[in-house]
Amino acid sequence: MLASAATYAVHGVEAVEVTVEADVRPGLPSFTIVGLPDTAVRESRERVRAALVNSGWEFPLQRITVNLAPADLRKAGPGFDLALAAALLAASGQVSAERLGDVAVIGEVGLDGSARAVRGALAMADACARGRFAGLIVPCESAPEASLVDGLEVLGVATLRQLGDLLAGIARPDPVRVDRAALLRGPGGDELDLDQVRGHVAAKRALEVAAAGGHNVLMIGPPGSGKSMLARRLPSILPPLSLDEALEVTRVHSVAGLLAGEPLVRRRPFRAPHHSISTPGLIGGGSVPTPGEVSLATRGVLFLDEVAEFSRAALEALRQPLEEGCIRITRSQRTARFPATFSFVAAANPCPCGHRGDPRRACRCTQGQIDRQESRLSGPLLDRVDMVLNVQPPARDELISGTTGEPSRAVRERVVAARGLQAGRLAGTGVHANSEMTNAMVERHCGLTTAGRAALRSAHDRVGLSARGHHRVLRVARTLADLETADRVDRHHVLQAVAYRERPQSRALEVAA
Amino acid sequence: MRACAACLKRAHLLALLAPWLMRGYRGPRRLPEVLALGDDDLLDAVCGSKRGVLDRRLEGFDADGASAEAGRKGLATVCPHDLRYPNALRSLRDAPAALYLRGDPDDIHTMTGQPAVAVVGSRRASPYGLEMARSLSRELSACGVTVISGLALGIDSAAHEGALDGHGLTVAVMPGGADVQYPRSKAALHARIGAEGIVLSEMPPGFRPMTLSFPARNRIMAGLSALTVVVEGARGSGSLITADLAQVYGREVAAVPGQATSALAAGPLDLLRDGAHLVRGAQDVLDLLYGPDVVKVGMQSPPRLSPQMSEILDAVGAGASPEEVLAGSMEPAQVLAGLTELELIGLVRRDDSGAYLRAVP
Repeated sequence: MLASAATYAVHGVEAVEVTVEADVRPGLPSFTIVGLPDTAVRESRERVRAALVNSGWEFPLQRITVNLAPADLRKAGPGFDLALAAALLAASGQVSAERLGDVAVIGEVGLDGSARAVRGALAMADACARGRFAGLIVPCESAPEASLVDGLEVLGVATLRQLGDLLAGIARPDPVRVDRAALLRGPGGDELDLDQVRGHVAAKRALEVAAAGGHNVLMIGPPGSGKSMLARRLPSILPPLSLDEALEVTRVHSVAGLLAGEPLVRRRPFRAPHHSISTPGLIGGGSVPTPGEVSLATRGVLFLDEVAEFSRAALEALRQPLEEGCIRITRSQRTARFPATFSFVAAANPCPCGHRGDPRRACRCTQGQIDRQESRLSGPLLDRVDMVLNVQPPARDELISGTTGEPSRAVRERVVAARGLQAGRLAGTGVHANSEMTNAMVERHCGLTTAGRAALRSAHDRVGLSARGHHRVLRVARTLADLETADRVDRHHVLQAVAYRERPQSRALEVAA
Repeated sequence: MRACAACLKRAHLLALLAPWLMRGYRGPRRLPEVLALGDDDLLDAVCGSKRGVLDRRLEGFDADGASAEAGRKGLATVCPHDLRYPNALRSLRDAPAALYLRGDPDDIHTMTGQPAVAVVGSRRASPYGLEMARSLSRELSACGVTVISGLALGIDSAAHEGALDGHGLTVAVMPGGADVQYPRSKAALHARIGAEGIVLSEMPPGFRPMTLSFPARNRIMAGLSALTVVVEGARGSGSLITADLAQVYGREVAAVPGQATSALAAGPLDLLRDGAHLVRGAQDVLDLLYGPDVVKVGMQSPPRLSPQMSEILDAVGAGASPEEVLAGSMEPAQVLAGLTELELIGLVRRDDSGAYLRAVP
């Protein structure tokens, strides 16, 4: 007898419908799976056999052929188990095949017949809602995540027994529903907060500006000066996630298997990969593409500590996500597209030993070492960095009696207001923040007062702004004006933005001279 | 006009002997004595019984060819038998026989009429040291003082850059041939000094510097200068050799003090303890050269700052970031705008990591 069950395979962050066809006919007992299965899918035979028997169903001792269609798509992982079991139950006549016509089934099974969570449940549920099925059967653990999708009946099953009963029409569990808005607004955990940082008033202020304009930041300072402590607190002053953004982040994290018990990611992610990371680890890859750190950081912050130590290839690979907000990974059959819209924060020591310019310790680096580091820091990647910021370790007195400053909540309010102004001004252009403005938009939107123009002119004369530096200064100055809800960019905005400009590149200037 | 054959031959001899001299090298203080030996004695002393080999190689020396070779490399030659040869060197027992130089040979003569100061220091300098070397040289140069240094990384290069900014004469004394760009990374500065100042060496063109070339070069810097100023240098650094040789020649030695705990300040502080002149800025050097208050640093009066801006200026260099120092009294945004304002006026500078330094006006 022939029966089929629908399920989904994850490709990138999208799910592709896969039909599991099971054919059970008299003959020598055998169990074959065809349709480009990987090892985990092939091992599904053993899991399903034990699970069926252990949950009181019968495993047909006949000739079994299972086909996973479309046959040209590479199938990976244990997520087809439950659908395979359902198709077998129907093909062997233990349950009616009728119900399998209008639901899809996803999930992994254990040998005892329990249904286990799968990666990418949200992506699969989303594909299911847009497809021809009225319902989706998922393991109970994945049910809240799958039910985040509107207009889909999600049925949770805990065991293979329940799945059979459901298909046989014996049990009718209630569809799982969640209140998405309530989930999103739910109580926050122990979030890192800016008021936990003593001193560092300059750096905190710079982070506020970066958050308000979506500017990428490079922090330079000796080891232990607090660069990563500050960067970790950037998500706490970024605007809260909208529902759509939260769903996007959840989808990526689900595919990567990083959802820690919570159905919906509510906080902006912060990812800080170590500098020894490989290029595929950073941007994603694999024969069945999996998301890399840039995608896991989407809608959040990607922090590269000791950015000069990252391999050149890895840094080069960051250009596409920084420019396009997504990453495409092409494999022989198809291309996977991962979201990768993040705030980029890089940190570097001023030299390899970290003590150049440190009044307390002498630098032990040779000029050659310093030059090598400089060349890393002036690569094309950092063209996308609007703000460069020097971080000095706080003085002793600051640590003991320094002010803690405002809590993140207060800063975030100003950031949200500034972002609101930008969204209004840039409406309809496809960009949302000052940092994304093209040069033409900069000319249009950064109206300077007379004093502002004079300041910019003298900055050109005295510190030698490059053409790129000029536009960067204007973008950051626009954000500074937005933070004060000023209509035009004034002198003090320009002056502050000039302070955040690209570093004076002594060597570059010397060669030019 | 060019150097005479005998003097060119002497330079050629030194280039041939350089690897041999290395063997008998007994430290920089003995170097002037060795170099003061005549050609014959030097050959005997250095090569002993093997001098026959060198004699034969010297016999084939072609002064016209050597001179033409220098000309092709864009180098002029000057020897003590030439009126343009710097007077400061004439008095030295171990004066270089020939000077190969790039730049205007008449300039080296005008040097005789105006004071020259060597500004030397560590290759691995601190931002403070670089700033001191640069500003000191810029102002001295603007007052007509020739700035002499060795085009090494760090302080030396900063001194040359400052002197070029001040539009005065600067002389780079090279350890190798005057056409050899050493160090490579300073090729642009080498070219610029060649065009606007003087690059000189006692070694023939193409000569690659050896360990011994550096103290030998240092003696020319010390000899050319009325005063040697050491800006930064750890104990045992090459700049202290220059100071040492300056004393051997009876020239003045001065030092710029650094932070007492810094290894880079150890050299200058030792010199100061041993009686070197104290240099806090260009005015101190001018007072040493011309007597107190004869020549004033020619800067325009400092711009008048608002009390707020003076407060910001005072906070620069106080350890942590100025924003932090002023956290109690000013908004960080105000401080940041003020810092850029001061940078545009030229009262503060930023080092490569972006930290603010007080510029010496």
